[in-house]
Amino acid sequence: MASNKRVAIRNHSAEANLFARRTFIAFVGIMVMLIILLSNIYDLEINSYDKYQTRSNSNRIKILPVAPNRGLIYDRNGVLLAENKPVYSLEVIAEQATDLKKHIVEVSELLEISEEKQQKLFKALKRNRRFKPIELHSRLSAQQVALFSVNQHRFPGFFIDARLKRYYPFGDLTTHSLGYVARINSKDSIRLAEQNLSEDYAATRNIGKLGLEKYYEDLLHGTIGHQEVEINSQGRVIRTLDYTPPISGQDLTISIDIELQMIAKRALAGKRGAVVAMDPRSGEILAMYSNPSYDGNLFVHGISSKNYKKLLDPKNNRPLLNRSVQGYPPASTVKPLLGLAGLEAGIITQKSRYYDPGWFQLKGLERKYRDWYPQGHGWVDLNEAIEHSCNVFFYTLAVRLDIDNITNMMERFGFGDLTGVDIWEDKRAILPGREAKRSRYNEPWYTGDTVNVGIGQGLWTVTPLQLAQAIAILANKGQKKIPHFLRSTARAVDIKPLNEQGSTQDNVSVANESNNVVTKMLTEAIEFEDKPPIVLKNHKNWNLVLDAMHNTAQKKYPAFKGARYDAAGKSGTAQLISKKQDEEYDATAIKEKQRNNAMFVAFAPYENPEIVVAVVVENVLEGGGGFNAAPVARQVMDQYFGDREIISTDKSKHPQHKNIYGSNKKTQKVGPN
Amino acid sequence: MRNIGHDQQKQRNFWQRIHIDLPLLLGILVLMTVGLFVVYSAGGQEMAIVYRQITRLGIALLVMFTVAQIPPLVYQKWAVPVFVFGLLLLIAVLLFGHVGKGAQRWLDLGFMKFQPSEVMKLIVPIMIAGYVSQQNLPAKLSTIIIALVLVLLPTILIFKQPDFGTSILIASSGIFVIFLAGLSWKLIGVCIGLGLGFAPILWFYLLGAYQKQRVTTFLNPEQDPLGSGYQIIQSKIAIGSGGFEGKGWLQGTQSQLEFLPERHTDFIFAVFSEEFGFMGVVALLSVYLIIVMRGLWIAVQAEHAFTKLLAGSITLTFFVYVFVNIGMVSGLLPVVGVPLPLVSYGGTSVVTLLAGFGMLMAISTHKRFIA
Repeated sequence: MASNKRVAIRNHSAEANLFARRTFIAFVGIMVMLIILLSNIYDLEINSYDKYQTRSNSNRIKILPVAPNRGLIYDRNGVLLAENKPVYSLEVIAEQATDLKKHIVEVSELLEISEEKQQKLFKALKRNRRFKPIELHSRLSAQQVALFSVNQHRFPGFFIDARLKRYYPFGDLTTHSLGYVARINSKDSIRLAEQNLSEDYAATRNIGKLGLEKYYEDLLHGTIGHQEVEINSQGRVIRTLDYTPPISGQDLTISIDIELQMIAKRALAGKRGAVVAMDPRSGEILAMYSNPSYDGNLFVHGISSKNYKKLLDPKNNRPLLNRSVQGYPPASTVKPLLGLAGLEAGIITQKSRYYDPGWFQLKGLERKYRDWYPQGHGWVDLNEAIEHSCNVFFYTLAVRLDIDNITNMMERFGFGDLTGVDIWEDKRAILPGREAKRSRYNEPWYTGDTVNVGIGQGLWTVTPLQLAQAIAILANKGQKKIPHFLRSTARAVDIKPLNEQGSTQDNVSVANESNNVVTKMLTEAIEFEDKPPIVLKNHKNWNLVLDAMHNTAQKKYPAFKGARYDAAGKSGTAQLISKKQDEEYDATAIKEKQRNNAMFVAFAPYENPEIVVAVVVENVLEGGGGFNAAPVARQVMDQYFGDREIISTDKSKHPQHKNIYGSNKKTQKVGPN
Repeated sequence: MRNIGHDQQKQRNFWQRIHIDLPLLLGILVLMTVGLFVVYSAGGQEMAIVYRQITRLGIALLVMFTVAQIPPLVYQKWAVPVFVFGLLLLIAVLLFGHVGKGAQRWLDLGFMKFQPSEVMKLIVPIMIAGYVSQQNLPAKLSTIIIALVLVLLPTILIFKQPDFGTSILIASSGIFVIFLAGLSWKLIGVCIGLGLGFAPILWFYLLGAYQKQRVTTFLNPEQDPLGSGYQIIQSKIAIGSGGFEGKGWLQGTQSQLEFLPERHTDFIFAVFSEEFGFMGVVALLSVYLIIVMRGLWIAVQAEHAFTKLLAGSITLTFFVYVFVNIGMVSGLLPVVGVPLPLVSYGGTSVVTLLAGFGMLMAISTHKRFIA
């Protein structure tokens, strides 16, 4: 070939011949391969016909998936919070029914099934395959089950199916932490498929949608089992040949104390708000309650649109909202933390004093920032400023600190970040600072913004959970524990295959030796890793601030009078609307949703803190955090300590401070900001 | 030539003017119709599935008709940029692809998901045919080596997704072009030798656990009859119990009682054999053979080296589909995800397949007759 001449005239006929030859060879190859295929099929269908026909006729083994039992959830004292209860539903296989329409009407009359449900079934019948069961009525009562069982012979193709369904015995008390399971929807199916879990969920109907049920779905779900059944040529199951039992999901023990939770609910009765109680030593959440709440059981069976509308109706105070992870202005509850920032930055010392004439002004500006106490507190140091919640002290401190110092310290206390708690509903809220203002309003930060931040207002929100976390870090003098619920998991091990078939409802926690089934529950404690601690330049600064909080709780809050444990705390009252200069705040004159929020944080015992409580009560009519939220914390702590008496004997650790008010002010009912 | 050309010009009837090759179209329609009946039987006798399939086939036929209107030499012009773009898409799939069923095959474009490996099934033969036909045939050694590299690039990228079935189809589409272009027998021998030498490397380093399992299952399905071997055993029972005449439409117990997994998609041939028997299989394979013969005839009659090679490759690759699918369903080959073309339910592959037939029709009807 003329390879050196690129434009050589192509020999078309030679090429065509070459191509035709090659095509012919390919065709011969195709014929050979076809003959291989055909002879193989000839071998299968003709030579081995008898063998395969026999196998086909005796092919009665079918593999049915068996759903695992979902793991149970217990509280820290072993009280069952989420269980699986048998639920009976009436189902029908269209193919097996002799007179479908007539029987549906008859059986509905017998069991008093509504017209609406019958219509639904007729519609479903058109869509479904004739040999698949369709549900006519879910959740039959015991009476209905009995009534149907007696009359079952009249209705071929109809049967009762028993299934385990999730049940939360405490209803709305636990929903915001436990969450709930509900029917797997198409979105869930897609996600399961992407995670290669579709096969594992072949027999599972419900999946965790919220809270711990969602977060620990992989632990709770378990592993699918298989039932090998023999069926006849019509497809009817005759008997079970082999049974690979499903492996139940792991049981979870969580840190909630259900009794404490009940007290929290009672303390919040009639209010909108949330309580978070946490053990600062471990980060375990002892109680998390958001009021109003709702019953998670409604979702397990598929919530009716009427009920769902009710939950969404603003008149019902939005129970779906988990207020323990919603952002609220922290108000004065964060003053101890700001004080700590001041000490750490060297702006103030224990002895520094600022003068409070009742208002604060930025240099060269007209606007007066008011103290909650119009007459002013006079000269105050940090300890007094925290005790009396002096605004002017913290306005001054914040401006001298500068916003970046504040942002930095508050970030170290976990604000503006997820806490890492083991529910997905965790929120970041807003960390005050330049970044927040830039991203939200695309505006630069002004010193005036810093003034508001000084009293926990302005561009700053925290979730009650974040607040509890921050106070726990403070009480721990810098040690950071991740707030969490999960204490331990337990799973069944050493299960031997059951000889008898099919009972999917076996609870394996009981060792049954007569059946040669040996089952152990293997418990595994769960450890959450600590976050890196806050290390102060001067460790003594912790004590200064903690002492001030202790002092405050001991002196200021009537709610903590007579407690048999040493509590430390700080209240806060967040204004939701800004007052004009010199305008009086009158709660009765403004809309309910604009009234002040009451906040309270506390920990106890003072010396070795075991419990931290953060409380928010929305839109209170009268008084502030000390009056509205502190009693909630008191009730929770009383329940926690029970009969224990923990009063610090060493008075030298928190020296008495002189009171700058008269004694009548000290017992005033309305607490400070 | 002149006479033939003259005759054909006379015969430029209605079908040729709309660029449809009637024998091909009839073969395709017969297979589609058979497919719809079997899908109805295997899919639980639900008309909804059949309607969905009809819609999909309708779209695919429309694509075929559209492609057939494009003169084939246009493909050659666009071959290089489209090929490079396709390779970039395949790399994008590996980097940002959407993971479905454990493999990354999809690119999420926001409004739709898109499978670049499907399109490569057409781009690869166009590219290789375009490249090889630039020079005189038989191709030189250097040309062949470069062509092989061009085939290997997309093959490896698709193999990595991992999508074994498609990578086989793409590799064959390219290799067929090279074979038809006159790859010398000596080289073919060397390649087979290299392939055998490469097999252990493939086994130990390149195959994933699930691919290995498919191969071991293929070699001995009875070792795990209720696990991974279940599918192939049930499939063989379905085929074998069909006998000479078959059990009759809708009467196949293996499929109707749901013993057979994936019965309306990849394993539809088992349902067909069970219900229509050996007779049915011979008839079905005859239709496939007719389509393949027509395709090869179009290739031989094509005017240019490029169109000859392209038509040949499309046709032979179509046969590979049939061979691999029936081979795997009847237990001759390990199970790789290749549908039975024009019969299996669903799959984006039917659109690609018919686009390929559209090209064949374009090649057979867009001729500049030498006068």
